Amino acid sequence: MRQFLLFISVIAVGILFISRLFYLQVYNASSHDLYEDNAIRKVYDYPKRGFVYDRNGALLVANQPSYDVMIIPREVEPLDTLEFCSLLKIEKQQFINTYNKAYRYSPRLPSVFVPHLSKEDYAVLQEKMRKFRGFYIQKRSLRHYQTTIGANVLGDIGEVNNAIINKDPYYKMGDLVGKQGVEASYENTLRGVKGIKFIQKDRFNRNIGPYKDGIFDTIPEQGKDITITIDAQLQAYGELLMKNKRGGIIAIEPSSGEILTMVSAPSYNPNLLVGRERSKNFTKLYNDTIARPLYDRSLLAQYPPGSPFKVINALVGLQENVVTTEDRFYCRMGYYIGSRRLTGCHSHASPLAMNDGIAQSCNAYFANVYRRIIDKYEDAGDGMNVWSNHVKSFGLGDYLGYDLKIGSKGRIPDGDFYDKWYGENLWVSTYNVSNAIGQGEVEATPIQLANMVAAIGNRGYYYTPHIIKSIEDESIDANYTTPKYTTINKEHFEPVIQGMFDVYNKGTAYSLQVPDIEICGKTGTAQNYTKINGVKTELTDHSIFVAFAPKDNPKIAIAVFVENGYWGSRFAGRIASLIIEKYIKGTITRTDLEEWLIKHSLQNEYEKPLSDKPFAINGNSTLQLVEEQEYLQLKKELDKINKLDN
Amino acid sequence: MVRETNRHFKFDWITIVLFLLLVGFGWLNILSASHTGTTINYFDFSQPFGKQLIFIFLTFGLIILLLAIDTKFYERFSSIIYIISMLSLVGLFIFGKNVNGATSWYGIGSFTIQPSEFAKTATSLAVAKYISDLNTNIKTLKDQIQTFIIIIIPAILVLLQNDTGSTIVYGAFFFVLYREGLPKYYLTIGISVILISILSLKFGQLITSILAITLIITYHFLSKKKLRIYQSLLIALAAISISFGLKFFYQSILKPHQQERISLWLRLEKDPEKLERMKQTFAYNLNESEKAISSGGITGKGFMEGTRTTGKFVPEQHTDYIFSTVGEEWGFLGSALVVILFVLLLLRILHLAELQKSQFSRVYGYGVASIIFIHFLVNIGMVMGLIPTIGIPLPMFSYGGSGLWAFTILLFIFIKLDSNRINEW
Repeated sequence: MRQFLLFISVIAVGILFISRLFYLQVYNASSHDLYEDNAIRKVYDYPKRGFVYDRNGALLVANQPSYDVMIIPREVEPLDTLEFCSLLKIEKQQFINTYNKAYRYSPRLPSVFVPHLSKEDYAVLQEKMRKFRGFYIQKRSLRHYQTTIGANVLGDIGEVNNAIINKDPYYKMGDLVGKQGVEASYENTLRGVKGIKFIQKDRFNRNIGPYKDGIFDTIPEQGKDITITIDAQLQAYGELLMKNKRGGIIAIEPSSGEILTMVSAPSYNPNLLVGRERSKNFTKLYNDTIARPLYDRSLLAQYPPGSPFKVINALVGLQENVVTTEDRFYCRMGYYIGSRRLTGCHSHASPLAMNDGIAQSCNAYFANVYRRIIDKYEDAGDGMNVWSNHVKSFGLGDYLGYDLKIGSKGRIPDGDFYDKWYGENLWVSTYNVSNAIGQGEVEATPIQLANMVAAIGNRGYYYTPHIIKSIEDESIDANYTTPKYTTINKEHFEPVIQGMFDVYNKGTAYSLQVPDIEICGKTGTAQNYTKINGVKTELTDHSIFVAFAPKDNPKIAIAVFVENGYWGSRFAGRIASLIIEKYIKGTITRTDLEEWLIKHSLQNEYEKPLSDKPFAINGNSTLQLVEEQEYLQLKKELDKINKLDN
Repeated sequence: MVRETNRHFKFDWITIVLFLLLVGFGWLNILSASHTGTTINYFDFSQPFGKQLIFIFLTFGLIILLLAIDTKFYERFSSIIYIISMLSLVGLFIFGKNVNGATSWYGIGSFTIQPSEFAKTATSLAVAKYISDLNTNIKTLKDQIQTFIIIIIPAILVLLQNDTGSTIVYGAFFFVLYREGLPKYYLTIGISVILISILSLKFGQLITSILAITLIITYHFLSKKKLRIYQSLLIALAAISISFGLKFFYQSILKPHQQERISLWLRLEKDPEKLERMKQTFAYNLNESEKAISSGGITGKGFMEGTRTTGKFVPEQHTDYIFSTVGEEWGFLGSALVVILFVLLLLRILHLAELQKSQFSRVYGYGVASIIFIHFLVNIGMVMGLIPTIGIPLPMFSYGGSGLWAFTILLFIFIKLDSNRINEW
C-alpha cells in the first residue's frame, strides 16, 4: 500500500488542477472580446458629422471644435500651478478642487478638467501642454447652428444613454447621437462610421504600442452632408409670424411632398442645446409644461380639423354619387332634425349648392351631404366604413410615414368605432353628424391637413411628406418619390377646388386675397375644451386655415393652426396667405397682414385657463396688443428677413 | 529485449521526451511573457527568453555529462556532494547576493546562481544513501532522527535566507520516508495537524476542538484497536493545544504578509475595504493571474496573442507565474495538457522507481518525484488561487538557469541510475 500514497496524490492533484482550470476557463470564462478586454485601450477616431443644408443650399448646421482639458490624476507630476491656472483662466482653489474630484472619481481614468476651451485659449495652451504631465487636450466636435430657427426640424445631438448603447453596440459611453429632428432621423447618414485604434496597455495603464501592429484598426468614414427640403427663409418668416402664438404651420410642395416649412410655436433657439449649457437649458425647456417648447405641434398636436374637413366630405359625396354640384340645401342658421338643431351655422344666403356651400362654409350643407353618404347604405356601420376609407386615402387617421421620428395618428372613426361606442346597430348618421364639419370624433395633425390639401391640389394623389431632399452620393427612399392615390376620381376635384378658390374670391377669406396669385383655401374654426379643476370649460376657438396655390399646378400646400385664435381667417388665414405670397413671389404686398400679425398676441388667451378666474371667450374677449418695445423688435426682425430675400 | 541489446535505448526515452516537451513548451511561454517588441531576436541575451535559450542549449551538454558519469559515482560520492552543497548554502551568509529580500544567490558577473536549487538534489542523494545503508532501519527512532537531520539542515539554511518556498519543498521527503517504512502514525499526525490548523483558522478553536474530541471519542469506542483511556485523553489534549497554540503561531511567528496570504486564501477577511486594499497590493499578482487564465477560455488567445501577457499585467510572469501565460494563450486545452504532461512525468518516475532493484536508486527516484510533485502542486496551485501565495518555480517551465539545471541534474541522475537497472541483477 505504501507505494500508492504519492501515486494517488499525483493523480488527485492532476484532477483537482484540471477541474480548477475547467472552472476558471470554461465554466466561468468570459469570451474574449477585444472591446471588453481592459488590457487593450480603444481609441476612437470620430469622423466629421455631416452638414445640413436647406433646399436653397444655405448652410444650416455645421460643426465647431471644442477643446476639453483632460486629466489622469495618477500621471500628474509636480507642475507650475500658477502658470497652468493662468493659462486655463481658473483660480488655484478651483484647480485643487477639480483635481481632488477627478482623483476621487478615478486616479487612472481620464476626467474632464476644464471643458470647452475657447479657440484662443486652446492655441496658447497647446504649445505649453507638454510641460504639464498627466494633462492632455481632447478635441471634440459640437454642432454649430448657423441659424436661430428650425429647432424642431434640425433637432440636436446629445450623449448616448444606456438604453441606446444596449440596443446598438456601435455606441460607446460618451458618444454623441442625434436626439431629435433630422439629427435623429438621419443619424446613420450624418454620423459616418468612427474609426478605432486598438492599443496594447501594460499594467500601469501605459500605452506600449498598437495591438498586433494595428491590423484590426479602422479609419473613420466621414459623415455625409444632407440637404433638407426646408426653405430656411420661409421657415424663419413662419416662425416670426407665429411669435406670441401657439400652434403649427406645415407647408408642402404638392408636386414632390417636400416639406417647405414646419413651424411649431413656441420654439427655441437650437444653439441652446449645444455645449456647456446644454443640460441646463434642456431641463429648462423640458420643464416648461405650459408652453411646451419641445413639443412639436406641427407633427404631434391633434386638433379637430374643423371646416377644412368639409371639402373632403364634398369629395366623398361626389364620389359616392349621393350629391351633385347642383344640389341645394336649406340652412336655417343651422341643421335641424325636426325641431332639434344638430349643428349651428352663421348667417348667409340660403339654399346653397356645393360651390357656395364651400365658399360660405355652410354647416347645414355638409350635414346633409354627410348624412346622404352614411345613409346610402342600409347599415350605418357599412356607410361609415365606406366614408372612413375614402377619408383615410388622404393620409388622415394614421401615421403618414414621413422621415421624422415623432408623430400622431390623428383619428378617423369607422363603423367599428361607433359600434363599440353605442353598440351594434344602435346608432344612425345623426349621432355623429359633427364629423361632417370636422368636429365630433375627427382629429388630425397639421401635417396631415397640409398633406390632405396637397392631395386636393394634385387632384387625387400625394407624395408622402418628407424632410430629406438629397444625401451626398446617395438616393433618398423611393417611398418618397412614389405617388399615393386617393379613392376619389380626378373629375370630382374641379368643382371642389373651384369652391375653395371662391373662399378667397367671395367667401370667408375674401379679405385675405393676394394680388396675382390664385389661392384655393378653406377656413376653419374648431371648438375646444379644457378641464379646469375637473370642470369641462370651453376656450376660445382654434383658428385653422388650409390652402394651396396656385390653383393649377400648385407649388405650395399649407395648413396653419393657431390655438385659441378664434375664427379661421383671423390668424391662421392671414399667416397662410403671407407664407404663400412669400414662397411664390418672394416679396410681400400684403404688408398690412404682416403688420397685424406681429402686433397681436394671444398670450392672454393662454393665461386664461391658468388664472383661476372666470374668463370670457371668443367674441366676448378682447385681442391683446404686444408691447411697443417688442413690436419694434419684431418689426426689425421682419425687415431683416424680407431684406434677405430681395 | 531491445534494452539489453541496444545501448541507445537503455535510457528511459519516455521520461526524456516528457522532459523535453515541458522544457520546449516552457520556453515558448517565456518568450511570449518576456518579449517586448514585434521583432524578436531569439539570441538577445539581455532578454529572459534569450538567456533561457542559452541555458537550454547548455542543458544538453549537462545531460550528456550526467549520463556519461558512471552510476556508482552518484552513490559513492553522495555524502561529499551533500557536504559541498551545504557549505555552498552556508557560504551565502557571507557572499550571498540579496534579490527580492532573499539572500539566495551567488553573483558571478551578470549571471547569478542559486545553490538552494542544487541542494535539493544533494539532499535526495544523501537521503537515498543513508536509507539504503544496510545498517539503517527507518522504523527505528534513531534512524528517523538521523534522516530528519539530513533533511532539516538545508531546510533551515534556506529558511534563514528568507526563502520560505524552498523550505516547504523539503517536506517532500515525507513521501520518500513513508514509502521506505516510516510508521503510519506520522501520516496520521501530519494530516491531523494540517486539518486542525486549517479548521481552527477558518471556523475558530472552539468548533475545531469540539469536532476533534467528538472524533476521538467515536474512535475510542468503535475502533477494534482499543486505546487506553489516558492515551485518548492525551490525543485529545494534543489536538486542543494545537488548535489553541496555532493562534499564537499564526499571530506571533508568521510575518504580517504571510498572515494576509493565509487569510485571503481561507477567505477570512470580510472587510471589503481591506479586501480591496489586498487586491491592490499583495493579492494583485494572484488576481491578475487568475484573470489572465480565465480570459483564455477553452482554446486560448493563441501563441503571443495574450493581451494580458503582452501588456505584462501579471508581474513575475516569466518566472513563478509562467502558468498564467499558458492559461491565457493556450486556454483550457493547453493548460490541461501541461497538467497532464506533469502527471505523466511524475507517474513515469514513480513507476520506474518501483522497478529499481537497488534501494538507493528507488529512494532517489522517489525523492525526484516528490520534489517535482511539491513544486508542481505549490506553483500551479498558487497561480490558480488554490493555495496561499508561495514563491517557487514551476520545474522545467519557469525562467531561470539555476532552476533548469538543478531539475535537469535531479532528473537525469535518476535516468542514469535507471539505465543501470539491468546490470544490478
